[in-house]
Amino acid sequence: MTATSQEVSTRPQINWKAIWRNVYQAGLSVLAALLIGALLLLLNGRNPVDAFASLWAGAFGSVDRFAETLVKATPLLMIAISVSISFRCQIWNIGAEGQIILGAIVSTWVALTFKNLPLVLLLPLTFLGGLLGGMSWSLIAGLLKAYAQANEVITTSMLNYIAIYLLAYVVHGPMMDPQGFNFPQSPLIADALILPRLIPGTRLNISFLVALIMVALTVVFWRTTLGLRTEIVGHSHRVAKQIGLKVALMIALVTGMSGALAGIAGWGEIFGLHYRLIEEIARGIGSLGIVVALLGELHPLGMLVSAFFFAALVTGGNAMERNAGVPFALVDVIQGCVILLILARSYFFRKAAK
Amino acid sequence: MNLELITLPFIVGWMAASVRLATPILLAALGETFTERGGVLNLGLEGIMLMGALSGFVGAYATGNLWAGVLAAMITGILMGLLMGFFSVTAKVNQVVAGLGITILGSGLSTLLFRLFFGLRTIPPTIDMFPELPVPLLSRIPILGEVLFKQNILVYLTFILVAVAQVVLFRSRFGLALRSVGERPDAADTRGIDVARMRYIGLFIGGALAAVGGAYLPLANLGIFWTQMTAGRGFIAIAIVIFSRWNPLRGLWGALFFGATLALQLSLQTLRLPVPSELLLMLPYIVTIIALVIVSRRAEFPGAFATPYTRSGE
Repeated sequence: MTATSQEVSTRPQINWKAIWRNVYQAGLSVLAALLIGALLLLLNGRNPVDAFASLWAGAFGSVDRFAETLVKATPLLMIAISVSISFRCQIWNIGAEGQIILGAIVSTWVALTFKNLPLVLLLPLTFLGGLLGGMSWSLIAGLLKAYAQANEVITTSMLNYIAIYLLAYVVHGPMMDPQGFNFPQSPLIADALILPRLIPGTRLNISFLVALIMVALTVVFWRTTLGLRTEIVGHSHRVAKQIGLKVALMIALVTGMSGALAGIAGWGEIFGLHYRLIEEIARGIGSLGIVVALLGELHPLGMLVSAFFFAALVTGGNAMERNAGVPFALVDVIQGCVILLILARSYFFRKAAK
Repeated sequence: MNLELITLPFIVGWMAASVRLATPILLAALGETFTERGGVLNLGLEGIMLMGALSGFVGAYATGNLWAGVLAAMITGILMGLLMGFFSVTAKVNQVVAGLGITILGSGLSTLLFRLFFGLRTIPPTIDMFPELPVPLLSRIPILGEVLFKQNILVYLTFILVAVAQVVLFRSRFGLALRSVGERPDAADTRGIDVARMRYIGLFIGGALAAVGGAYLPLANLGIFWTQMTAGRGFIAIAIVIFSRWNPLRGLWGALFFGATLALQLSLQTLRLPVPSELLLMLPYIVTIIALVIVSRRAEFPGAFATPYTRSGE
């Protein structure tokens, strides 16, 4: 696969030509995906120009809309980083949705259960809860892959469904707000725990900065020994064994790390946006995070750009549905097309070069 | 809890429901068995099933003919199977990622097309379903008749298909060629078998059957379409293929087993057990993981599983 077969070297030379080629090809893929979306609308007798104008205005039309785009980019970026760590190790963890849910459940539970603890202690504890919640969920799949050879695509997708029902269970049962008129939601977290807003009047909050810090840390991570080992295991289990790496342990470790990051995304959604556990906490962002990661070539900076792009598409897509009556699912179609075109482009460009 | 409700009719009803619910998963698993025997892993199954469900529903709704729905699903499935073929066989890209792309595309496209065709409605559009078709005489056998021979036509056809698949895969030249392409593509190639063509055929069969499996849900089980209605059945079917060690007959038992857990969860809800329904709904997914863990260690994947074939020297 093109996205993961980067040369394994401790000190990557910056190859501007390769970067330009990637950016240019990714841009073409996105453009083609948007054209396919426009074509679908045309076939249905709708005006794609209106739809995309409404999408653009919805994503960038005002400070408020732009801030909302960054709000959407936050979890996408976190999930993409989570996904990229396992994908670069050739572990196909598609369980981000479940890991976000577990991160959200555990961090909310911590906030509601230990509400008498001092804030300086409680806030980090909720963060840790989100991290451990996501990690525990991915570790199930990680350990099963490492020690029982169970295909992680299937286990993580099954764990997604289990998490969705688990969430439905806790918000209808043990964690339901007693004063919530039987709405399937937990009580609100304490006001003091709400993450501060970055731009007053918008929903943009500190968790966006957490996502940016994650990007920076990931850039560093790939230069550490552990990052290098992760890529070696991804490259070839045989080579990894020959140089003395414990492959099974590495698989469990990488999957665990990956889930921990998705769990943090769940934490950010609760403490930055919703302030309580709701059923819709992870809807759709799990698979979108995978697309963001792949479009970004599993590279932290690439994913920064692609998270921003897809966030704009989502924010704009919502506005498009409201204002132009074009179903939001168009955005889902564009997602699928982007993955496939990104994959196909190496084939087409190889052909063109001949 | 009403344990006295667990009577013979309850158990017979549960078993009949198991067969009914096993059928769509079995169809997808049968198709995927052919695909994987040819050496390709099609993780796009979930998306193909969703597109099959949509086109089956739309085909039946538009024409008023259920078989037109089946046909529409089959064509859609074949096209999506061939699309997967382009990525896995021709472009030789990573099959896991291509499969994910197909699944995401299928889930988005089915949602979008449904909205474009039917708009937002308070009452969902419905179709008449394949009716129950009792087999003369056989359906009067006590218990067994009720469970096996009072089903709809798609159930019977699927069961016949299991036998056909078993014969084709293990007793025909085509089956031998397909399996050789999945085990040792280089050896098959030297014997003059067109590796790419065989793999495309495997995906063709897999796509067609998965889409009909998806279409089974609106056409024979529910009468309506809703987004994401397959709810992971595509992934469960892939688990069954591994579980059955790429054997249609064992796939039948695997699918029945999963049908039974799906049906059990429905039956248990009627018993008003002191267990929340959300926890019962998890059951089939938990069972899938457990089954996968039990079999994976000793599963012998086809030799060239999920590996693109390039002739040496090319």
